[in-house]
Amino acid sequence: MPKLSNKLFGLLALLLFFPVQLLAEEGEHIVLVADTRNLHGLEAWWANLYNESHLAFALATVVIIPSCGAVLGLLADWGMSHLGIDLKKRALSEH
Amino acid sequence: MDWLHILMPVAGVPIFWPGLVVLGFGVGIIGGFFGMGGAWMVTPALNILGFPMAFAIGTDVTHMAGKSLISTMRHAKFGNVDYRLGFIMMFGTIAGFEVGAQMIMWLERLGTINLYVRWTYVILLALIAWTVFADVTKRKRKEREALASGKKLDALATGLEWHKTLHKIKIPPMVTFKTAGVRCSAWLPITVAFCVGCMAGFLGIGGGLICMPALIYLIGCPTHIAVGTDLFNVAISGLYGAATYSYKGRTELVAALIMLAGAAVGAQIGTVATKYVKGYGIRIFFGVAVIGCGISIILKLISAAYINIKPVTDPFATVLILSVVSAMSLYILIAFVRGVRTERAQVRSQKVQASHA
Repeated sequence: MPKLSNKLFGLLALLLFFPVQLLAEEGEHIVLVADTRNLHGLEAWWANLYNESHLAFALATVVIIPSCGAVLGLLADWGMSHLGIDLKKRALSEH
Repeated sequence: MDWLHILMPVAGVPIFWPGLVVLGFGVGIIGGFFGMGGAWMVTPALNILGFPMAFAIGTDVTHMAGKSLISTMRHAKFGNVDYRLGFIMMFGTIAGFEVGAQMIMWLERLGTINLYVRWTYVILLALIAWTVFADVTKRKRKEREALASGKKLDALATGLEWHKTLHKIKIPPMVTFKTAGVRCSAWLPITVAFCVGCMAGFLGIGGGLICMPALIYLIGCPTHIAVGTDLFNVAISGLYGAATYSYKGRTELVAALIMLAGAAVGAQIGTVATKYVKGYGIRIFFGVAVIGCGISIILKLISAAYINIKPVTDPFATVLILSVVSAMSLYILIAFVRGVRTERAQVRSQKVQASHA
């Protein structure tokens, strides 16, 4: 066990810290701009939001994704409740 | 066939949208069943569909936040979520995720992102697959030994028992997790979660791929509780991941929403299917999926190193990863349909018996 744990921790340390060694090398920041020339309506608004403020873009993403997830989840849940099975109990365990 | 492609407003690349729906559905099933976001399949698949790697990671993490929320809601109804454990792990995961995401941004600037992400994937997948199959083999040996001595192995017995060693670390505060049936130092789940978060941020995954086996083998959760708690953790870290990658300008919400439509149905099916499959069945198929994914990434690495065989290895890697997703989804779908049929038949027979009585 000690040998195995040493190997595991060694591997983990390698995985975590090897990329950090590269930090000494400096690289350029990559700035991306969305091309809005061929976009219309909502898509154009969304791409403009991205170009104007990454903070607003991030906040909108964080609100939209769980909201859509919750709505779609409730809809799928409603569909599942019509299957005629017990959706509140589980009997099986490990074995 | 232009209508089958949609221009992504931020990334600026045309994407085959039915591929996104099918991918979302398949990974939704797998995610709900194995307790993970499924990003380890989605990131390479999005990359194959045409997204640059950094966008593939950000989009993947974003869609995962919504999908894991759907699966967590369903698992909670089965009593599979240990919220206390999930909350404690959340802090370590978020701190670790930021460290991992910063590494990705540095690597992107250096232009070596694809190579490092793929190699880390391979090593990690190999380690996880080995752990799963070592556990299964050891448990089978225990079962045979118990049978030989005329005893029956405990239903909750496991093969690898690293968690027992880790539970001996008694650094205060000690915490009891009732749903998981575990008592250990609070620092154990925090440390495990930090390491999981680092890897998750680096690889652009919600952490379920690492967190699920970590909860089982390092913390000692039963499989079903590990699946549910892990998804809760993935939903939170995925949301944080969506925020941090969006702020860095590397997410494509349109693609994430298209995938989410398929994932909403898939996640429900995958979660309910856990009701009909034994814990060790889940572990074995998890190991198989990990191997399939590992092989497909190795093929991508080979094609990057040897350009002349790229026309052969690239399509093969694509076919392999889509086959793994399809085969796993089909297996879970069959388990779900069979389970539902059996349960409905039982309910009907109980009603008939009750009416006769």
